[in-house]
Amino acid sequence: MILMRMSKALSKVKLPYLLLLPGFLFLFTFFILPILNLAQTSTQTPIAGGDTGEYEQTLRFANYIDAFIENREQFARSFIFAICATLLALAIAYPLAYAIAFKAGRFKNILLVLIIAPFFTSFLLRTVAWKQILGEEGFVVPPLRTFGIIGESTTLTSTSFAVVIGMTYNFLPFMTLPLYASLERIDPRTMEASGDLYANGITTFRRVTLPLSMPGVVAGTLLTFIPAAGDYVNAAILGNPNSKMLGNVIESRFFKIVDYPTAAALSFTLMAAILILVTLYIRKAGTEELV
Amino acid sequence: MVDVSSATRGDLRLTRITKSYGDFTAVDDLSLTIPEGSFFALLGPSGCGKTTTLRMIAGLEEPTVGSIHLGTTDITTKRPYQRPINTVFQNYALFPHLTIFENIAFGLRRRGIKSVDADVNKVLDLVELPHLAQRKPTQLSGGQQQRIALARAIVNRPALLLLDEPLGALDLKLRRQMQIELKWIQREVGLTFVHVTHDQEEAMTMADTIAVMNEGGIEQMGSPADLYDNPKTAFVANFLGQSNLIKGRIEGTDGDNLVVDLYGQKISMSKNRSHAVDSSIYAGIRPEKFRISLTGTPTRGNVLTGGHIEEVSYIGVSTQYQVAMPWGQELMVFEQNDDGVPPFDKGDQVVISWEPNFTFALRGDEDVEAGTEVAPDDLDEDE
Repeated sequence: MILMRMSKALSKVKLPYLLLLPGFLFLFTFFILPILNLAQTSTQTPIAGGDTGEYEQTLRFANYIDAFIENREQFARSFIFAICATLLALAIAYPLAYAIAFKAGRFKNILLVLIIAPFFTSFLLRTVAWKQILGEEGFVVPPLRTFGIIGESTTLTSTSFAVVIGMTYNFLPFMTLPLYASLERIDPRTMEASGDLYANGITTFRRVTLPLSMPGVVAGTLLTFIPAAGDYVNAAILGNPNSKMLGNVIESRFFKIVDYPTAAALSFTLMAAILILVTLYIRKAGTEELV
Repeated sequence: MVDVSSATRGDLRLTRITKSYGDFTAVDDLSLTIPEGSFFALLGPSGCGKTTTLRMIAGLEEPTVGSIHLGTTDITTKRPYQRPINTVFQNYALFPHLTIFENIAFGLRRRGIKSVDADVNKVLDLVELPHLAQRKPTQLSGGQQQRIALARAIVNRPALLLLDEPLGALDLKLRRQMQIELKWIQREVGLTFVHVTHDQEEAMTMADTIAVMNEGGIEQMGSPADLYDNPKTAFVANFLGQSNLIKGRIEGTDGDNLVVDLYGQKISMSKNRSHAVDSSIYAGIRPEKFRISLTGTPTRGNVLTGGHIEEVSYIGVSTQYQVAMPWGQELMVFEQNDDGVPPFDKGDQVVISWEPNFTFALRGDEDVEAGTEVAPDDLDEDE
C-alpha cells in the first residue's frame, strides 16, 4: 500500500520531466549543439598554407567586426526590407482580419481557410510565380504603363520593390491569423459601449478596438519581421545583385565562397540584432499590460 | 460630440415604433411615453422585444417604422454617440484595457472635458468603490463591475439612463441588495432610468411605472400595485405573480358592484376591476388574498364552498395549499403563518373566502395559460 502510494507520488513528480524529454533531446541535438558549433566556427581563421575551407580555432573575435563592416549595407537592407514588408503586411492584414472577425458572418470559416490555402503549394513555387506576375507580360506592368504611372523602360522584376512585395505576400498569413485571433476575442459590446459613451467610429477604433487588438498586432509583426529579416529566398528569386539581403550573403559565404567563419559571425550578429530589436519592441508595446 | 448638460431633456416618446428583421417582427407598432425623472421598467419574457426597444432608444438599432423623440428633438436616426443617453450593458462591457478610473472618465473625455477627476471621484464615492480607481475591470468581482458600469454611465448625467438586465449576472442576494441601491441612486441623481428586465420582482421593487411587454407590444402599463391588483389580461395576471382564474358569468349589478356566478355560487366584485366585454368572464383572485376555513366555521366576504385540501407545502413564512373545488379546478392559496393556528391537513373539507374588492375580471375568451408557460428565469441574451 505504502509502496504503491510512493511510486504514485514519484511518478507525479517525474511525469513533467518525462514529457519534456523528447523535445529536449531533439532540440539539444539539432539546435543547441549546432549553435555551439557555429559559435566555435565564428572565431576561426584559415590555416596558413591550407586548402580552401580549412580553418583552425584562433578565437579571433575581430571576425565579427570585419564581417559587419564588410556587409553593413546588406545588414541595413535586411532590416529596412523586413520593416517595409511588416508594415505593408500589417496595413493589408488588419482590415482583412477585422472584416473576417466582425463582418463576415457565415463566410468566416471559408475566409479563414482561404487565408491558409496558399500553404498547400510550395513556398518556392509561389515566390517564382511573382516573377510572372510582376513580369513584362503580367497583370501589373502593362496597366501601369498604359496609365503612365511607370515609364516605358521601368521594370518591376529584379528590383527591391519586388523583394518587399514578395516578402509581404509570403508572410501575410502569419500577420493575419494572430490579428484575427485577437480581434475575434473582443466583446463587440465594448465597442457598442464606446459608441454609447460619445465616441464616434474613428475614436472607438483608436481608443478601444486597436488597444484591445494589440496582442495580435505584436504577435503578427513579430511572426512577420523575424523570418523576413533573415529571409534570402525572396531576394534571390525576385531581386538583383544590388538588393541582396544578409541572408543571401550568409548563403553564399557558406556554400559558394566556403568562408565559414564570416558566415557564422554574420549569423550570430543577425540573431543578436533581431533579439535586441524584438526585446525593445515588446518593451515598448508593453503586451504584458494588456489583457 | 454631445454637450449633455445643455442637450434636450424631457420626456422620451416612442411613436408607433416597429422593428422587423426579415419576416420576424421584434417590436410591433409600439407607442410609449416615459416621463422625465421616472424609474421606468420594461418587463417581459425573453423574445418580447424589450431589449430591441432599449437598443432603439440607445441608437444601436434603427426602427423600421416610427419615431423617437427626446423632449422636442427627434433622435430616431441619431447615432448612439450623438444622443444624451447612456447604457448600463448586460455583462457590463467595461473596457478591459483601461483602469476603473479611465473607464468612468471615458465618456467625459470624449466630450472634451479636461478636468475629469472631481466628477469621476464623485461617482466612485456614490457607488462606494473609490479604492478601486486604479484597478483593471478583470480584478473586480461581478457586483463591483456592475457598480462601475453604472458609475461609467451616470457620470455623464445623461437625459436618460438605460439599464439592460443590469443585475442578471449577479446572485440572488447581491441582486436584492443592488435593487435597493439602484433605486436609491436614481433618487439621489434624479435621472430618468429605463430598466429592461424579465424578473417581475425586480421590476416591482424598483420601478415607478412598469410596461409589461409581450410579443412585440405593450400588454399593460401602470404602477406595480396597479398591475398586480388590477391586471387587464391573463398574460399580465400570470406573468406578475400568480393568479387563480375562475370561469364565470356576470349575472347583474348591485350598485357599484357586479354580481358574478362562479359554477353556481354567487360572488360580488367592484365594477371598475372588470375588463370584460360581455357577460362571460374569468374572475381572478391572487392566492394570498384567499382565506381558508374549515367547513362550518363563520366566514365573511365572497365565499366558495365545497373544497378540500389537496396539497400542503410549508415554506416557513407561509403555507401554500392546493384546494380542489367541486368543478374540478385546483385553487392556489397562500396563508401567512402568523396566527399560531396549525396548518390544515390534506383532505380537510374547507371553504374559501376573500374580500370582494380583491377580485378582478378578465375577458371570458382569454387564454388562461398566457404568461405561465414562459419561465421568467429563462433569459435569452440574444433576444
